Amino acid sequence: MAAIMEARIDQEQIKKNGHGKQEKSGFPYAAKVFVRDSNAVDFPWKIAWNSETCIRCGACVATCTFDSLQPRLQRRGRSVSVGNLPRPAEAADVMIAVRQVNDLAHYCRGCGMCEKVCPTGSIRPVANGRNRFPVVARKGGSPIKRGGRAHLIPGRVLDSIKVGRISQMTDPSLDAARHTFDMLTALGRGLPADKLPLKVEDGRLVSTGWSPPMHWVYPILIGDMSIGALSWRMWEALALAVGYLNEEYHLPVRMCSGEGGMPVKLLTSKYLQYMIIQIASGHFGWNRIIKAMPQMVTDPAAILIKIGQGAKPGDGGLLPAEKVAEHIQAIRGVPHADLLSPPNHQGLYSIEESVQKMFLSMNAAFQFRVPVAIKVAASSTSVSVFNNLVRDPYHIVGGFFMDGIQGGTGAAHEVNLDHSGHPILSKLRDCYLDAVAQGRQGQIPIFVGGGFGETGNLAADAFKAICLGASGVFAAKIFLQIAGCVGDEKGRCNACNTGLCPVGICTQDPSLVARLDVDAAAQNIVDYFLAVDQELKKLMAPIGNSSLPIGRSDALISMDKAVADRLQIGYAC
Amino acid sequence: MCRIAAIKSRNPLPPAPVLQMMIAMQKGHDNSGFAMVMQDLDGVFAGRKDLPLLSMACTPAGLEQADEAMDRLGFELQFDWRPEVDPSEQLDIQRMPLYVFRNYQYPETFRIRPMEERKKLLVDTRLALRKLLAESNQGYVYSFWPDVLTLKEIGDPRDIAEAFHLWKDNQPLQARVISAQCRQNTNYQIVRYAAHPFFLEGYTLMGNGENTFYQKNRDFQQRLNPAYTGFESDTQCFLYTLHYVVDTLGWPIQYYKHVITPLPFEEMARRPDAPVLQEIRQACQHLEINGPNTVIFVLPDGKMGIACDAKKLRPVVVGRDDDMVVAASEVCGVNMILPDRNSEADVYPGERELVIVDSSLEVQRWPQ
Ligand code: SF4
Ligand code: SF4
Repeated sequence: MAAIMEARIDQEQIKKNGHGKQEKSGFPYAAKVFVRDSNAVDFPWKIAWNSETCIRCGACVATCTFDSLQPRLQRRGRSVSVGNLPRPAEAADVMIAVRQVNDLAHYCRGCGMCEKVCPTGSIRPVANGRNRFPVVARKGGSPIKRGGRAHLIPGRVLDSIKVGRISQMTDPSLDAARHTFDMLTALGRGLPADKLPLKVEDGRLVSTGWSPPMHWVYPILIGDMSIGALSWRMWEALALAVGYLNEEYHLPVRMCSGEGGMPVKLLTSKYLQYMIIQIASGHFGWNRIIKAMPQMVTDPAAILIKIGQGAKPGDGGLLPAEKVAEHIQAIRGVPHADLLSPPNHQGLYSIEESVQKMFLSMNAAFQFRVPVAIKVAASSTSVSVFNNLVRDPYHIVGGFFMDGIQGGTGAAHEVNLDHSGHPILSKLRDCYLDAVAQGRQGQIPIFVGGGFGETGNLAADAFKAICLGASGVFAAKIFLQIAGCVGDEKGRCNACNTGLCPVGICTQDPSLVARLDVDAAAQNIVDYFLAVDQELKKLMAPIGNSSLPIGRSDALISMDKAVADRLQIGYAC
Repeated sequence: MCRIAAIKSRNPLPPAPVLQMMIAMQKGHDNSGFAMVMQDLDGVFAGRKDLPLLSMACTPAGLEQADEAMDRLGFELQFDWRPEVDPSEQLDIQRMPLYVFRNYQYPETFRIRPMEERKKLLVDTRLALRKLLAESNQGYVYSFWPDVLTLKEIGDPRDIAEAFHLWKDNQPLQARVISAQCRQNTNYQIVRYAAHPFFLEGYTLMGNGENTFYQKNRDFQQRLNPAYTGFESDTQCFLYTLHYVVDTLGWPIQYYKHVITPLPFEEMARRPDAPVLQEIRQACQHLEINGPNTVIFVLPDGKMGIACDAKKLRPVVVGRDDDMVVAASEVCGVNMILPDRNSEADVYPGERELVIVDSSLEVQRWPQ
């Protein structure tokens, strides 16, 4: 029950303030204010609607997946002329108006779909910077949940870094259009040269035994997003794009399945070679994967053991029941319920153990033919974790994936999203330099994610990370954005947890999923990759390199002294 | 850009021919220095080919320090040769007070030890002397190895040659393999140690062009071997990689080319030995040469090698007559000393080949 406070304001007060309105009757003006009822001021977005230009087509109301808009009848007074000798009189019309719904279940996410569909440009969401959302949204004792990305990251370090060492005379720049660029990176455990199983026979080196599996892949991977978090059509668009890039353009882009399995058809097709299968603490989908193994015609590109995620480090996966549709239940082998992955792999209590148990069993499952990598959230302790893996005596750790605070998620508690996590660049640098100090750089390739491509410029972000020591990067949100996601870092949409994604990307509701055109999304992703490939070359050419400049931090400068010092690159102003 | 030239000859030669080549190519360098490594010595060192030869430039105090250190280690001085250096003020040369070339007998305990141990002793000794003289700022130690002499000097190459009387044909410095470089000092402070040719354990190397993977190379090499040190020049990295591939790993010399300029992935994939090449590429990814570089090197067995970067951005040419094979940055260098050779037989090494000149002076072209 909403509490009502009646505020009586006496005449004195009205006079004093000068802004009161005295009723004709002479009674003091009385306002009834429902102070604890939610109101438009409470929410992050306010709808601006223009009654004059609106043609009442209803498109906005029908489009809003959050039911944040309601049609309502509105009485409108107007002056008319009446009588033979016209005299003014008051009349009223009843007409349809569009009203914003201001309750926690239906508040506006600012997704802008209403604006997109309005034929007369009569409606749009306006950010309400001074909202009270954080203080009203924990109703019923439940923490705020959200999808998408963190909102409280100050500045963007990647943009303070520039490629400052340009080849000019003694080491000429290359021609991005003419020279051959060799832009692949190794995914898999590398042995030091003196440990390679090679011997000289007739003046040639020949292999004498097993060495860890390794694939040369494109240095930008599509990060782990599950079918479940994503709609099946979005996932399909990604898989299609990856297939197309590989088959038609010979760009060996790899994509990670996310936790939640894959369709059996894909598992048993040749396209499995482009997929990195993820295993996370919930082991969702692995029943099917294991059952499909005898039918697999090729190996997957890699296995990724997910320990943590940058957007919500220390927290497990969360797929709200709203998104656990029938096909998700089938792929994952679960009932209709909230699906929570535990924060850690049950039974793994130390890195040493994880190497022995998890890595060995995953390696063994694919008979040591498939690189097995690990994904962790960046943290103050990343170097120790990395170090333990670098010392792996069995040479079975095939990659170190580190995810920073700017990573995305399908669903998380806002408190984690906005307040926990570690930026990626300094940890990337620390881990790489630690490997350098041991002379082991490249033996466990470092792949980093979390905010790469956030501004749309994935090539530049990836290039800088590579110069800082990454063997490659993984990106995810950017590909959703290319497919039509309207979310951003400043609070637009980010409703991925609701199952009501307005563009059909992360929902399992068939009517919403229908909004996504799979082929167009896949085409956009392919186009984007092709452009990124050109842009990467356009960055490599001026520094005179045709191979990936992994660890070539001398190519970078920062215009921020603190950043330059922390990352051990040159400062320039 | 530096200019480099090397001669491998049947008969001993004085330094004059390489100097002539340098003068011919002088448009390409700034006359800021000259450095030379002579191997397979004759002349004044002819009878002492088995004894390690120390090449050093220092002050008298530096020499004293070195003497003490060598004594302590048990090396016995066998032969001491000092060049006469023209003191004339007119010559553009930053002379050191002393130029020391000395043959030593191994310490007694090492005379019967296997070569491997003696090699290590020589390298450790050179590094210790270098450190000693660097700390006291009393001089430079370039090489300490049997049958190898190094001279590095700052100044105009013509004047350096004049000062050391290197133009004379009939003179004490004679060798069958001579590598030399005139420098174009673009990036680095003028440091004597930064002048190639560089020498380590029988391997000599010089190169030109900037090493764009210098930082990657250096970061990786620093941990591979304590003798991979200095890094005053980015070209040093190419020597260390050569040494690592051939000496430490024991791989045949053609794999040096695979390490410094790996085949493009597509090409690699078509080869039967693709798995081996891919493993090498992964393991040696930080040893790649990815800039515009040509290297000329000499192996411990006296073979000379020439290789270009993968885009052939730096020129090099190999010419020959019956008695010598000559490699130089530019053909005008070769023309200078072999004007009458059959220039149609000149070899311009391609980006995917390694040229090796063996002891019989046969020029072999090995496709990568
Ligand atoms: S902006 Fe989006 S959530 Fe808000 S009213 Fe429009 S369609 Fe609905
Ligand atoms: S558009 Fe969909 S995917 Fe993008 S932020 Fe909104 S709910 Fe998430």
